[in-house]
Amino acid sequence: MATVTSPPRLDEKISHRADQTFSALATSAGVFILVTLAFVAIFLTAESIPAFTADPESLPGGAGFAAYVGPLLFGTVWVAILAMLISVPLALGIALFISHYAPRRMAQSLGYIIDLLAAIPSVVYGLWGIAVLSPALVGFYQWLAENLSWIPLFAGPASITGRTILTAALVLAVMVLPIMTAINREIFLQTPRLHEEAAFALGATRWEMIKMAVFPYGRSGIISGAMLGLGRALGETMAVAMVLSTTGGLVTFNLISADNPSTIAANIALKFPESSGVAVNALVATGLVLFVFTFAVNFAARAIIARRSEFSGAN
Amino acid sequence: MTTSTQTSLDERHIDVVQPSLPRTLLLGVAGVAVVGAIAAYFLLGGNLFAPIAIGFLLYTIPVYVLARARESRRKATDRTWTAIVMLAFVIALIPLLSLVITVIAEGIARFDAEFFTSDMRGVVGEGGGALHAIVGTFMITILATVISVPVGIMCGVYLVEYGGKGWLARWTTFLVDVMTGIPSIVAGLFAFALFAFIVGPAYRSGFMGSIALSVLMIPTVVRATEEMLKLVPNELREASYALGVQKWRTITKVVIPTALAGIVTGVMLAIARVIGETAPLLLTAGFTSTINWNPFEGRMTSLPVYAYYSYVTPGVPPEPGYERAWTAALVLIIIVLGLNLLARWIAVRFSPTKA
Repeated sequence: MATVTSPPRLDEKISHRADQTFSALATSAGVFILVTLAFVAIFLTAESIPAFTADPESLPGGAGFAAYVGPLLFGTVWVAILAMLISVPLALGIALFISHYAPRRMAQSLGYIIDLLAAIPSVVYGLWGIAVLSPALVGFYQWLAENLSWIPLFAGPASITGRTILTAALVLAVMVLPIMTAINREIFLQTPRLHEEAAFALGATRWEMIKMAVFPYGRSGIISGAMLGLGRALGETMAVAMVLSTTGGLVTFNLISADNPSTIAANIALKFPESSGVAVNALVATGLVLFVFTFAVNFAARAIIARRSEFSGAN
Repeated sequence: MTTSTQTSLDERHIDVVQPSLPRTLLLGVAGVAVVGAIAAYFLLGGNLFAPIAIGFLLYTIPVYVLARARESRRKATDRTWTAIVMLAFVIALIPLLSLVITVIAEGIARFDAEFFTSDMRGVVGEGGGALHAIVGTFMITILATVISVPVGIMCGVYLVEYGGKGWLARWTTFLVDVMTGIPSIVAGLFAFALFAFIVGPAYRSGFMGSIALSVLMIPTVVRATEEMLKLVPNELREASYALGVQKWRTITKVVIPTALAGIVTGVMLAIARVIGETAPLLLTAGFTSTINWNPFEGRMTSLPVYAYYSYVTPGVPPEPGYERAWTAALVLIIIVLGLNLLARWIAVRFSPTKA
């Protein structure tokens, strides 16, 4: 065992210390992220406690925190589910188009076009929702109210501005398309070539191949992509705040009326600048509810993706 | 014997090949459907939904019937699904096109010198500009970038170069992904709660907005850095070690320069993501009508918040306010798309594979 040990020189000692310092810096940056996340939870909780302990009369609505956040939570979940019903099939179609229908050379640029939808600021979506989409839907809502009002969803009376929960859900659906499309597209492109060719060799048409090879392989990716989109839809603020015309404390499934439940995020954005005292604490507390909710959804979605990548060696 | 087998194989081969619809026929039907959709657009008065539905049905129904008659039921189903998949893509383009066209058409009216050179001090009705909002947006975003980039890049370095498969690195990677999904309004509330604890609940400043944006920006920067550092070939690191170079020098002089183009792209995309954020700034930086050069004291308007307030409180008469809102939206879109295109250009131009 011939070990050559040269006596350590002074500059080497210094650079060794530099090495350790750099390593410590990098590690603390990693820890910093975890601390930030913890701080978000801690400070939101600390700022919410006055709302939980306050006299129920003093809160907005005058019936305690649970009665305040309940309708808002309903509105948040309801509009997000509506947005999902619209955007999940669309995102699947777009991702399939890019991964399996469009020419390979075009696939990347088509992906960029869809990604541009994510680049547009939410306040611009809000303006567009009020000025273009809502007026465009008024006639359609009136038709629904006249012909389909026996369905509780379309009970009406139809909003004359078109700023209904269905309009808000449509805007949200457009906004969450890019993230879902990106995940679906990536997972569809990973489908093993051999699975696809085996399906074709058995005489499958392209659609049958997609049903037999692409969807089964990408199932967990589709689910987690939808959940990430759901997380975005639950937390989206400005577009909903601007488009939706709301009535406080309302719980209704009516899609086309002028009276709609608000969402947690939109309610904070609209009420926060004018609130003071315990009303601010109540708003922060609703934000804490939203944080816990979206955190759970995102956590589950990422857990599915992480577990899948362990199995497949993908990513 | 041989010849008879050959002919029977040939005959069977002819049986197996299914008749297929000629391409020209499909294109013809598609052309008719497009003409029908355009006609419906003008007949029904500018509504976009009905023409697309009509065009879609004008294509799918004849093609399904023809394929059913000439080909097979399975082939007909396949052709219908092809049309549906293409329809999904077309539907996604409608809001994008409609949005861009509307913003340009409405925003061009006030896209003038005054908009970029004046603020809203004492402006009632026409005139006024967004100089204070543009200044505010740049100050808040630059501060957020200054905070997020070092932390984000160092965290990425930790995850790839130091963390390995340890529990801390695995949890950090996972939670960074989860953090990218934090709603922007929650980030704003966090900044509010933090400063309410330190300074007091009435405190508002541009810096507070920067903290809120940093919470949204750091995870994006970490992800970009992590992915780019993973692409750096191990041979480069080993070559550097073999020359006796210390690890930290290897990282700062070899690994990061190799991945720099990708990291810069990621940072620019992260900036593009937060520069359009409205909700967190509504709660933290607030709204004012004049320029505030001090990011640590007093309210500071940003461009998205300016667009929002111009639209919801346009003044009397409302038209000048609406016009200012649309122009602010146009400026925002130009900035965001410009950043996106520049980022893609850097990624392509300076990628190590090309160099």
